[in-house]
Amino acid sequence: MIHESLLQHRNRRYLWWAVGLVAVSFAVYAVPTGSQPRNGGTWQGYLLGTVAAVLVVWLAWLGVRKRRYGLQGSSVQGWVSAHVYLGTALLVTATLHAGFQIGWNVHSLAYVLMCVVIVSGLYGVYAYLVHPRRVAQSRAGASREELFADLFALDADGRRLAEACDPEVRVAVESSIARTQLGGGVWAQLTARDGSRFVERDATQARGTASAPVANTDQTAVIEFVAARLPRATRRVEASNLQDLLALLTRRQSVLRRLRRDIQLAAALKIWLYVHVPVTIALLGALAVHVLVTFLYW
Amino acid sequence: MSNGRFHIAIVGAGPAGLSAAARAAHLDRERNASAPSYVLLEGHGAHANTIQRYQKGKHVMAEPGYLDLRSDFEFTAGSREQVLDVWGGNLKAQHVNVRYGAEARKISGSRGDFAIELGSGERVAAEHVVLAIGLEGNPRKLGVPGEDLPGVQYHLDDPDEFEDETIVVVGAGDSAIENALALAKQNDVIIVNRRDEFSRAKDGNLHAVLAAISDPSSRLSCLYGTQPRAIASEGGRMVVVMDTPEGERRISCDRMICRLGGVPPRAFVEGAGVAFPNARPEAIPVLSDRYESNVPGLYIIGSLAGYPLIKQAMNQGFDVVEFIHGHDLEPADHPLLEYQFHGLPFEREVDELLDLFRRRIPMFAELNALAFRELVIESNVIASYPSGELAMHAEQKMAALEQRLGGREPRPRCTRIVEEGATIYRAGDFGTSFFTIVAGEVELRAADASGTVTRLTQGQFFGETSLLSGRPRGEDATAGANCVLIETPRRTMLKLMNSNESVRSGIDWIFVVRELTRHFVPYARVRDLRDIADRVSLRQYRAGEVVFREGEIGDSLHIIRSGGVTLTRKAGDAQVVVAEMRGGARIGDMALMGDPVRRETATATVALETIELKRPEFLELVSRDDASIERLQREASLGATVSAAMAGRPEIGSVMSFLMREGLGEATDVLVIRDDLCIGCDNCEKACAETHEGIARLDRSAGSAFGDIHIPVACRHCEQPHCMKDCPPNAIHRAADGQVFIDSSCIGCGNCEVNCPYGVIKLAYDAPRKPSLLNWLLFGRGPGPGEEGHYVPDEAAKAKGKKARKCDACVDVAGGPACVSACPTGAARRVSPAQFIDLVAVDR
Ligand SMILES: Cc1cc2nc3c(=O)[nH]c(=O)nc-3n(C[C@H](O)[C@H](O)[C@H](O)COP(=O)(O)OP(=O)(O)OC[C@H]3O[C@@H](n4cnc5c(N)ncnc54)[C@H](O)[C@@H]3O)c2cc1C
Ligand code: HEM
Ligand code: SF4
Ligand code: SF4
Repeated sequence: MIHESLLQHRNRRYLWWAVGLVAVSFAVYAVPTGSQPRNGGTWQGYLLGTVAAVLVVWLAWLGVRKRRYGLQGSSVQGWVSAHVYLGTALLVTATLHAGFQIGWNVHSLAYVLMCVVIVSGLYGVYAYLVHPRRVAQSRAGASREELFADLFALDADGRRLAEACDPEVRVAVESSIARTQLGGGVWAQLTARDGSRFVERDATQARGTASAPVANTDQTAVIEFVAARLPRATRRVEASNLQDLLALLTRRQSVLRRLRRDIQLAAALKIWLYVHVPVTIALLGALAVHVLVTFLYW
Repeated sequence: MSNGRFHIAIVGAGPAGLSAAARAAHLDRERNASAPSYVLLEGHGAHANTIQRYQKGKHVMAEPGYLDLRSDFEFTAGSREQVLDVWGGNLKAQHVNVRYGAEARKISGSRGDFAIELGSGERVAAEHVVLAIGLEGNPRKLGVPGEDLPGVQYHLDDPDEFEDETIVVVGAGDSAIENALALAKQNDVIIVNRRDEFSRAKDGNLHAVLAAISDPSSRLSCLYGTQPRAIASEGGRMVVVMDTPEGERRISCDRMICRLGGVPPRAFVEGAGVAFPNARPEAIPVLSDRYESNVPGLYIIGSLAGYPLIKQAMNQGFDVVEFIHGHDLEPADHPLLEYQFHGLPFEREVDELLDLFRRRIPMFAELNALAFRELVIESNVIASYPSGELAMHAEQKMAALEQRLGGREPRPRCTRIVEEGATIYRAGDFGTSFFTIVAGEVELRAADASGTVTRLTQGQFFGETSLLSGRPRGEDATAGANCVLIETPRRTMLKLMNSNESVRSGIDWIFVVRELTRHFVPYARVRDLRDIADRVSLRQYRAGEVVFREGEIGDSLHIIRSGGVTLTRKAGDAQVVVAEMRGGARIGDMALMGDPVRRETATATVALETIELKRPEFLELVSRDDASIERLQREASLGATVSAAMAGRPEIGSVMSFLMREGLGEATDVLVIRDDLCIGCDNCEKACAETHEGIARLDRSAGSAFGDIHIPVACRHCEQPHCMKDCPPNAIHRAADGQVFIDSSCIGCGNCEVNCPYGVIKLAYDAPRKPSLLNWLLFGRGPGPGEEGHYVPDEAAKAKGKKARKCDACVDVAGGPACVSACPTGAARRVSPAQFIDLVAVDR
């Protein structure tokens, strides 16, 4: 087997490391603390705390390691695999370190931030394992650049075809192309929201009066508009133009769908990092304060 | 000049011709001649047309760095414009007798009495002719009245020079399309295509031109099925009469750019009586060591003589005129040979040694002195000494030479000293060079089960298998006592084989003998096989051609010499790929060993060469007592089992046939991305750029995919790299581990970019330095990794010029290919052909 996923990496070597870490953490936790309550203040607590802090720093170091290209000895995949397993184990180690004592203070802030990072990381792994296949399926062999090239070619053809039609159709098609929406803000990308619109003007409307654009989600409205004109076509050329337009608009619809899906999936693959990384930085800050405060008030 | 006849007529004012004319002018001055004794004839309106046609601002390099320039003209590396200006200045200052617009159409006669017929019909008489017309050929003219009007151009320097003109571009090839597209940015352009489609163009150009033609907003239009009939100039503009499918049409324009390809100079040269060794297009005329052709008094120099670089051309221009004047001089490259021979155990002059070597090697005995000299200059000379005092003494001698050369960069090649018993190469190393034994002995130990040891001696050669097939070495080679070897690089060897039949047939022959030995009779001696080797045939197939078909009755087997074969079986309506075979493998042997019916169809995956062995020869071989018949039978049964099993796994077959369609049948190392693992982070590209001067050599999102297997656009390190073929400074090499890489002597000519069928080479300026990782991470300073596509080269980079860039499989990166080690999800992997089957993974 040539390719293996980051979970499978080296026969799940780091899973066993993580299991070991969890086991040791429980073992340390299980040692009686005597009269002291179980929390970070005991020697057990210090031990687990030190391990957890070192682990956090090491986990965060991935951001640097990942960018030190061409480094000898280890692969980034190995690092990520270890990151994922040991990062998850950290949840246990840190929780045991805290002795389940959470309150409204800076110590708990660090804990909560860590949980956020870990949970976002777990989502990240899910996304990494599941989305790529979907991306590949939705693109069906074409790259995003090729899909865009297809779209632009269809746009140009659409405009040309519309030119030969009557003004209402022309306005409808041209406006539907001009007002097609793809992507947008993070939310729009993630939900694949389609704010496309087009201008529908019917023949009875007086020339020169402006019409407000109407919703054209998934291009269905403009397709229906063109389809509706078909039975009313009076000349052969007109009908054949409309037929061509209809075929083109439906093709364009399917390209747009694939692009939108592609953008959505790409966003889903990245979005969690916008939580994972900034919160990591906040965590490093909170952790530093946590350690400092602990020692100051010793 | 006596009675209207020049002493020397030099044809072509490229670097070679200019330098020759300058030398002739110098000798005239020395003799205080009253009128020039020579004439320089140039077909175009200015000197050095080939260089004039380089792209504007191109950096011209002065390779090879270790060769000294010997010319009355100056030449150092610089921009195209600088180089041309310097030569223009030299032409004036030295009062060179040059005639422009004097294209030679026909040359006849011989020493003492040559007649050169010019385009204008005029004749020039000369006692000697120096042909320096280069290889570019003359652009094909329109062949209609008005073809030479000032507004009719046959090349385009700088498309941005013209604005708001109406320009007619004639032609349908890549240069016509590229010119038309560039001009259409700020001009109205009509591209005139004789046919109804652009069938000769590269894919990229084809799409671009069709898109522009159909885009109403572009300023490009096309006339199909159209040909110009006549051109006239009318009040500053031109009127072109065209034959179109709808009849005659007159088009008024400001300018015509005609890109109709070139007329190769060979026919012209042959017309003068010059003999070529064979019909191959790469063949080089036969020349003496004074550059004289078979026509007495007619000399050939420069790229037409097979020397692809400017400095070489200029040196030859100088030398040839000295020779014609009867002066004996050592060629400018003489010192190079001295360095190469310095560490040899012979105390003789360079020329004596050359002569001795040539006579000692039967295959080279027929070579002319010039060709042999060139071969040695481009080769490594290796000498072995018994370890101890002698070896030490030789090392000291070389160290002293090193001192004398004083760290000259680049260092000229010097004798390589090795100790007796040293390894020359190991089995499994990639290597493409060819070794000739001048003295002593070399031991070859086969890496297969037989482990046979062969001792080769003076006059014999080895390494031809890797040279011809591109596959790794099949044996260990060890230097014996006091041996002297010539190690010749692949390009030089191929050039020689193309221009010399005896070398070609000598190498072909020993290749056959050694392959037969390896496959059938490992312990046989060469002379035992002499007879059979003459009876087998070498076969060539184009990619896609069928070697044999399933169901046929076979009476021969093939040993693959180079290229690859795909074996398929019918399963229902489909053809299932059951095996992919490469150089060194046998196909179809079952037909001679039991089952005469072919059970597979064999198709050439890429260009293929085989040795075909018919039944009688096969029987003769295997009936020898030392034949390894059991092994043959075992291998044949194994092959049959594997292909039967594969026929039952069409899912593997379909992946295989995808890979073969992608040209991976000649790959040795491929970057494969699993799309179901790839998160599109482009870390692989970034890593590539970061480890390679800021320029990524792969394009992840491009390329083709089949199921989840995606082959991005990146070098696949072909068995026989196409890119290496025409590299003038021989800058492309193969490392022992197989990586094909380009060294710093690249002159940016772009040949490799054109020759690589997989579009993986790009010419690019150096990228600006990036801020340090911390600076970028913490302060967001400068461009992020992987954004090299958009950088603006700085002045220094521009002055240095574009150079070819391609994947080198991280030959210098200790951690292995950076793309692979940087991939966070394990989607990117480098795969060898043996692993192709494993790409169809069961579970992950
Ligand atoms: C794109 C490119 C980049 C290169 N870059 C470099 C580089 O950086 N450094 C380097 O060393 N080499 C470089 N080379 C190679 C170099 O250009 C050639 O080696 C060199 O030009 C050969 O010189 P020449 O005098 O033999 O022939 P050419 O330079 O080809 O000159 C031949 C001359 O003869 C004229 N001519 C042809 N036919 C006739 C005729 N029938 N009658 C009269 N005149 C005729 C032509 O017009 C031309 O002026 C490059 C080549 C190319 C194509
Ligand atoms: C406190 C704990 C953690 C910290 C501080 C941390 C920190 C980081 C950092 C700094 C990066 C680098 C991001 C970048 O530069 O692109 C990263 C990446 C990542 N982390 Fe975490 N992480 C933690 C826990 C986890 C956990 C528990 C998981 C999963 C179970 C996880 C999964 C990932 C993944 C999949 C990546 C992406 C790797 C890549 O695309 O290169 N992380 N993390
Ligand atoms: S650059 Fe092209 S021709 Fe050369 S080895 Fe790579 S893929 Fe083959
Ligand atoms: S551009 Fe390619 S062929 Fe030309 S010198 Fe450079 S490496 Fe050689």
